[in-house]
Amino acid sequence: MSTVEMTIPRAAVVPPAGVNRLFAAGAADLASHLARFGPAPLGIAPGQLLGELEASGLDGRGGAGFATWRKLVAARTSAGPTAYSAPVVIANGAEGEPMSAKDEILLRHAPHLVLDGLLLAAAVTGAREVHLYSGPVQLASVRRAIAERTDARGVILDEAPDYFVSGEASAVVSAIETGLAIPRDRRVRLAVSGLGGRPTVVSNVETLAHVALVARFGAAWFRSVGTDDSPGTRLLTISGDGVDRKVIEATGGLPLAEALGAVGLDTSRLRAVLVGGYHGAWVPASDLWVRLSSRDLEPYGARPGAGILVALGDQHCGLAASVGIARYLAGQSARQCGPCVNGLPAMAEVLARVAAGGGSARLPDEVRRLAGVVTGRGACRHPDGTARFVLSTLEVFEADVRAHLAGYCEVTRS
Amino acid sequence: MTRQSLHIDWTACDGRGLCTELLGPLLVRDEWGYPRAAGYGSDVPIPSSFVAEARDAVALCPRLALTLQEVRAPARS
Repeated sequence: MSTVEMTIPRAAVVPPAGVNRLFAAGAADLASHLARFGPAPLGIAPGQLLGELEASGLDGRGGAGFATWRKLVAARTSAGPTAYSAPVVIANGAEGEPMSAKDEILLRHAPHLVLDGLLLAAAVTGAREVHLYSGPVQLASVRRAIAERTDARGVILDEAPDYFVSGEASAVVSAIETGLAIPRDRRVRLAVSGLGGRPTVVSNVETLAHVALVARFGAAWFRSVGTDDSPGTRLLTISGDGVDRKVIEATGGLPLAEALGAVGLDTSRLRAVLVGGYHGAWVPASDLWVRLSSRDLEPYGARPGAGILVALGDQHCGLAASVGIARYLAGQSARQCGPCVNGLPAMAEVLARVAAGGGSARLPDEVRRLAGVVTGRGACRHPDGTARFVLSTLEVFEADVRAHLAGYCEVTRS
Repeated sequence: MTRQSLHIDWTACDGRGLCTELLGPLLVRDEWGYPRAAGYGSDVPIPSSFVAEARDAVALCPRLALTLQEVRAPARS
């Protein structure tokens, strides 16, 4: 490590300017990575890195948006004195959400940045065991990257199955422990007791890549783009209306219209945008000035989450599209928890009856009641996320709901 | 005296209904038979007048799906 540091002086590395940060190396190999970013400052004092992370405002990019520094501090302070009680850090690149592709793109094009972030997170928490959990294609890229360097040989690679809940934090721990990627009941936080009862950090791979940059260039640099409440850059996966999962790196707090325009979508021909993926919420096309920040998205029940945007073209009926998603989500239950196993299909089918048209005016209230019944009643948040999506559907497509109940569809004119 | 909360492990619960017998009307059965407390999810605050019944429910649950714990910050990460 120190030899590399001596041959490449820190001053020679210019922090990336503008929005192209995570992919600034231009290629996935170690030489390009070191030439652009310099070596990871693995000897940084834990307190210094935690302080920079706190000041940076970096939050988790896997969906939950939890402050990264808090997660690391929690695991560090829960550590016991022996190897059996030392923390574990797991880089989560499972990306079970079908409309997301950013973690795969990141692991294929910038695996060294993710490995740097993983090693930094391990150093700062005092972890003795480090994992990277992702799909087979991504792991092949990571394996090549690990072979290029000597400091990441201890990273254990775990293959993630490809289904919706496989990336949920407790499912990640289960997958590594038992080979079965299903959420588990949690009475204490993973940061206190996770893999094998040890304090465990499960962190999204994009989050870790940003950690690697903040460790090098600092919080002020991180915040030099983006907004006060959504600092830095974030990866977005944008789909819909002819665009299939295009990944871009965008400044935090970008207005939805600008993000959609960046991949060539005609924002004048949209009905709505699903923000945050299938566990997210709809924003109507009239409101595309809304910024991708927690503050702006809160009134819609959405969050920037994992940076997923799905545009719905104005030739499509929002209700019909939502029924398809609600049914998909019902089918993605891990089939462990009664309220989820029974409640999600019930909720999807009542929504389908609303969309089918001509039904009772009480159907929307029945959807809302079922959403209330399932919320909070599972080992993971799959029921909560599905309920949130369905409630958002009823709210944003309220006019369509009324039209369908009266027996016609304003979009398909049938 | 510390406040108690009843935690439901949904991965274990299969809706036998014993807890709802002991803890009604605090816990009622939903339409599929699973325990439900109005306004709460997996962690149900137990008033002191129900603590004895809650202990029985924990001990008698055939699926060992219940635990009684002292109330603290929500157990998520």
